[in-house]
Amino acid sequence: MLKVDVAVIGGGPAGLAAALSAKENGAEKVLIIERDVRLGGILSQCIHNGFGLHMFKEELTGPEYAQRYIDKVENSDIDVMMDTMVLEITKDKTIHCINNEEGYTIVKAQAIILAMGCRERTRGALNIAGDRPSGVYTAGSAQYMVNMQSLMPGKSVVILGSGDIGLIMARRMTWEGAKVKMVCELMNYSAGLNRNIAQCLDDNDIPLKFNHTVVKIHGNSRLEGVTIAKVDENFKPIKETFEYVECDTLLLSVGLIPENELTSNLEIDMNPVTKGAIVDEMRQCSMEGIFACGNVLHVHDLVDNVSKEAEIAGKFAAQYIKEGIEAQREVVVKNKDNVRYALPNYIRTDVEKLDIYYRVTKTIKPAVVNVYADNKVIKTKKMRVLNPGEMESINVDIPKAVAEISVEIKEA
Amino acid sequence: MSTKKERELTCIVCPVGCVMKVVQDGDNIEVTGNACKRGYTYAADEMTAPKRMVTSSISVEGGDMPLVSIKTSQPIPKEKIDATLIEIKKTIVKAPIKIGEAIIKNVAGTEADIVATRKVD
Repeated sequence: MLKVDVAVIGGGPAGLAAALSAKENGAEKVLIIERDVRLGGILSQCIHNGFGLHMFKEELTGPEYAQRYIDKVENSDIDVMMDTMVLEITKDKTIHCINNEEGYTIVKAQAIILAMGCRERTRGALNIAGDRPSGVYTAGSAQYMVNMQSLMPGKSVVILGSGDIGLIMARRMTWEGAKVKMVCELMNYSAGLNRNIAQCLDDNDIPLKFNHTVVKIHGNSRLEGVTIAKVDENFKPIKETFEYVECDTLLLSVGLIPENELTSNLEIDMNPVTKGAIVDEMRQCSMEGIFACGNVLHVHDLVDNVSKEAEIAGKFAAQYIKEGIEAQREVVVKNKDNVRYALPNYIRTDVEKLDIYYRVTKTIKPAVVNVYADNKVIKTKKMRVLNPGEMESINVDIPKAVAEISVEIKEA
Repeated sequence: MSTKKERELTCIVCPVGCVMKVVQDGDNIEVTGNACKRGYTYAADEMTAPKRMVTSSISVEGGDMPLVSIKTSQPIPKEKIDATLIEIKKTIVKAPIKIGEAIIKNVAGTEADIVATRKVD
């Protein structure tokens, strides 16, 4: 049995930053367990630029951003188990994992940081009717093929969903010589960043069809086309608008789900909205000594925010094993009007200033963010626009005696 | 006759993605809606000489990966993107490649280099 202070599950951006932070804050034996053959997680295949503006004040590509952290990990005495699958985590903080070289390994940790990231929703999650030909991919698996394996998924492409990966892949496939015919988006807004709509779609004259979906997939062995349709206000396809579009590739960019299968054994409290754990401001879950950060906690838009969150988890994981964490209080953080969720869910230390992260339920333009301590407004911030696709944060002075902090958004 | 041109632009400089209104009257360019100076520069460039970063991959021989990811060392004129992509496609490099290594100099006459964004051993 291997004994460690802090075990980090996942070697993507969250895991790397969490492990480094745990180490810098005094944890001696830190171990990263990664299922891939390399560190860096999804950043390895995100070869486009736009990462690191907050963290490094410069614009980096995904692999460059990852490498900055990988270099630091390699220059530290943090242990890494690569190509290793974690099978189970038990309540006594024992990790059962397996790889080709060492076989079955049991790791006993004093603290565990969950940093498993998220995965894409697939065709199965959408229940699209029709045939089952090849040529239907999630945008991320197409990205892996193009950017890591040097394979082209197809030549004539329809993209369903306007999440950032879908938008990035629209440009990527175009630049690799494919014809991207359109992006269909069920909602009347995009979950992707505005800049990606501008530089990936507009630049390449790719139409973005709001309130549109794919209702049928056609093709025997290979995809031959899809039927698209406009949807009504209840997202029901309108029959009169059915339209056949010829294509050999359908990419799905229809949302990400935190990969929390390993968490379920621990029976920690989960948030049904984020599909991640309920955490306090230390990113500690409802079970002592278990921390979560990055996309396994809630899906982020920007890796910079993942790194920041992971640093918090790492710091307190180190504090937990060194001196323990004693709750000073239990303040509940709640989401109110127009706020889909607010994070953290609890405040347990006597922290004076705190960044509260939140997402809105719909586009609000212009907006006012109100933060309440019990029933008193303690912070108000005007925003030009708030989009459901973009996570925001607000820095709040937390009063000493308070039972509940809540965030609401109103139209200004 | 007035030569006033007006456009609405989404800034691509950072993830905020400001929606800006640009009014160009001859050499005079006025920008509203931008939250920072870089937005002004982007909008002014967009009216006169739009530029983009290009990121892609180049085939690798004898490496632990079949591709090395690359970027242009600076934004290049938009109309040179196609020529740049063609040059990238034609190129094959031998491993090992260091991160930051210049693979093509002055790609498609843009004065930008093509730089590796990952190491391939």
